[in-house]
Amino acid sequence: MSTHTVDAPKKRNFKISKRYLPYVLSLPALLMCIGILIPFFTAVAYSLQRYRLSQPWARKWNWGENYLNFMTDPAFWNTLKVSLTYAFLTVGVELLLGLGIALLLQKRTRFNNFVSIMLLMPLMTAPALASLMWKLMTNPGFGVLSYWATLLGIEDMKWASDPSTAMMTVVIVDVWVYTPFIMILLLAGLRSLPRQPFEAAELDGVPRLFVFWKITLPMLTPFLLTAVLFRVIESIQQFDIIYAMTQGGPGDKLTVFQVEAYLNFFQSTNVGRSAALLMILWLITYILSTIFIKNWLRLRERARGEG
Amino acid sequence: MHDKEKQLVQSYMNGNISRRGMLRGLASMGVTAATASVLVNAAATEALAQNGFDWKKHSGTTVKLLLNQHPYADAMIANLENFKALTGMDVVYDIFPEDVYFDKVTAALSSGSSEYDAFMTGAYMTWTYGPAGWIDDMNEYINDPAKTNPDYDWEDMLEGVRNSCAWNGQPGGALGSDDAKQWCIPWGYEQNNLSYNGRMFKEAGLSVPKNIDELVATAAEAKAKIDGTYGIGVRGSRSWATIHPGFLSGYANFGEKDLNLASDGKLSAAMNTDTSRMFHEKWVQMIQESGAPDWSTHTWYQAGTDLGAGKSAMIFDADILGYFMNGGDNAEAGNLEFAPFAANPDAAAPTPNIWIWSLAMASAGKQKDATWYFLQWASGPEHGLFGATQMDFVNPVRKSVWADAGFRERLDSSYPGYVDMHDLSAPGAKIHFTAQPLFFDLTTEWAAMLQKMVAKEVPVDEGLGQLEDSVNRQLKEAGLG
Repeated sequence: MSTHTVDAPKKRNFKISKRYLPYVLSLPALLMCIGILIPFFTAVAYSLQRYRLSQPWARKWNWGENYLNFMTDPAFWNTLKVSLTYAFLTVGVELLLGLGIALLLQKRTRFNNFVSIMLLMPLMTAPALASLMWKLMTNPGFGVLSYWATLLGIEDMKWASDPSTAMMTVVIVDVWVYTPFIMILLLAGLRSLPRQPFEAAELDGVPRLFVFWKITLPMLTPFLLTAVLFRVIESIQQFDIIYAMTQGGPGDKLTVFQVEAYLNFFQSTNVGRSAALLMILWLITYILSTIFIKNWLRLRERARGEG
Repeated sequence: MHDKEKQLVQSYMNGNISRRGMLRGLASMGVTAATASVLVNAAATEALAQNGFDWKKHSGTTVKLLLNQHPYADAMIANLENFKALTGMDVVYDIFPEDVYFDKVTAALSSGSSEYDAFMTGAYMTWTYGPAGWIDDMNEYINDPAKTNPDYDWEDMLEGVRNSCAWNGQPGGALGSDDAKQWCIPWGYEQNNLSYNGRMFKEAGLSVPKNIDELVATAAEAKAKIDGTYGIGVRGSRSWATIHPGFLSGYANFGEKDLNLASDGKLSAAMNTDTSRMFHEKWVQMIQESGAPDWSTHTWYQAGTDLGAGKSAMIFDADILGYFMNGGDNAEAGNLEFAPFAANPDAAAPTPNIWIWSLAMASAGKQKDATWYFLQWASGPEHGLFGATQMDFVNPVRKSVWADAGFRERLDSSYPGYVDMHDLSAPGAKIHFTAQPLFFDLTTEWAAMLQKMVAKEVPVDEGLGQLEDSVNRQLKEAGLG
């Protein structure tokens, strides 16, 4: 057997000066930011204009007029009320249900693991598809849920078609889709909690309810806050479920921010009003996120004994 | 085509023999009626090629279209080879379902993209696209003999339909005025009349309603007498599309308007009148008593499919919706019948508001003359006749197609009452809305208010007052009121 000596490939000396390295490393983030900031500032500019695609001759800077008009526009206040109500109801119910299910599945068993995976199924369904599915199930004529309602003695249930039950219907759909998200997050949190405090409480014979309120819940709060943060941000920006089910109706019962902004842009081609609505939505989301993140950081510091 | 067949078809094309005579002659040569129509279409294309117009001028050019998923598009695609053979041009297209179609059009046009040369649109949409400068005035092409073939015959288009696609861009400006721009070319259109289930009506002993009072009563009677069926299907979703079909057709029949135009050119709400209140009350009562239980989510799709499935006894909606539900796999196929409907008992004839599927040319397009070749062919009498007799290209917009005996026979035999309904309604059929840039805002709000009235959230008179205030406020904000 003959042996060959192969010269090792020369290493290319590709060095970046230490001075520029931080800039080079942050370049991808910077590019991402540009991709986000350009549309953002374009929207800010649009929101400060009287800008309707159908009246291009009337386009001009009106500065804060779109925002000022909101103050006296009952449709805007209705949108704000509906959006906050929707976010509050969906996140509240999802949190309670998600926490309950997570507590039930806390123990690591094969059955619990299987159930937790199965429960994730709705989360894998596109919300628009889930809405169409629920629209069929709640059809007053042939929907299976309408049929069940009659078995329970509720006649003539109109679900999303009736102003008195429309909000409840879309909240149910949202809860069906997104509760698994909170459940999986809290389940991961519960399973990661240190065992010692619970073992000590068990040895001392502390009642389970007391353990839940005084040990589980405080230790789980950062996870709860994370779940709430994500869900509130998403919920207040809800579009697909509501639009697919009712287009914002009946009347103006479900005209949340995104639906109103979408209709303003694509149907009315009122770019200025649409952008101003989205700016307000961004502001609300920003304020809520800041509050949640501050609290989350405070809790984390306290957990580390720094608070 | 054999010589004898060719001669026979040519005789028909020259008007020497009737369609029936041609079909009989062809049948004796073993040619079926379906094949005969294909032969006629091929002969028509051949005739077009010989009318002295330079059809090959743009040979080798490719035109790109944006199309809505619709039987009109299907008819065009089925006949496309004839256009390619006639012109040597190629045509490519993207087709989108209606749910997302207009979003796609708005996005494509507002971005100034030159990807699409022409696209399908509704006349209402051109009230946005036209003033925005996204589409071209088609008069420039129609009136240019160097660009338009001598057999195009623009005057052959139904007048109300043709005018409904022309607007001068002035808020409140009359459609079809002398200074109007032809923003789009009508392709096919829908009148709003009654489509009813003849079988159900017969079994329940119902007679066809002739005015709004009879409509309210018949719908209630149908619901009471026919098990598992509601009385009348009309649209109800929170959209402008709820107002434009049956609702506005009935409303306009009482001489009511959506907006008033003052002498200074300012617009104001016109729906808070006594007659309007009376009409709204009857309409709301009809839906409350006999409409679909989930009316407030009903689009044209639900209204149509419920009729086809036997879940409703009738619809006051687009006539072509009834047409399509009377065929295919629908449970009630073959049972549907058609009737003209004048809501006002004192009206001489129906005044249906119309929806017009039209073709428009993108201003950003780079090959406009070639695009016009396609548009004039697609909206020409030859393709119109092919679509109407061979495909489901109803309702045609050309008088010559409506005059075609074969087309009328086909409709009459399978769609009882359809031809008479059309003929009686056509003179009063037009867009009854006021052309103005806030069309979609104001009509969507009207629909939302109608939903509130039906849900008894607000009484009709109060609702109309609120609607008037809101409409006037929006018009003022937009500098139109």
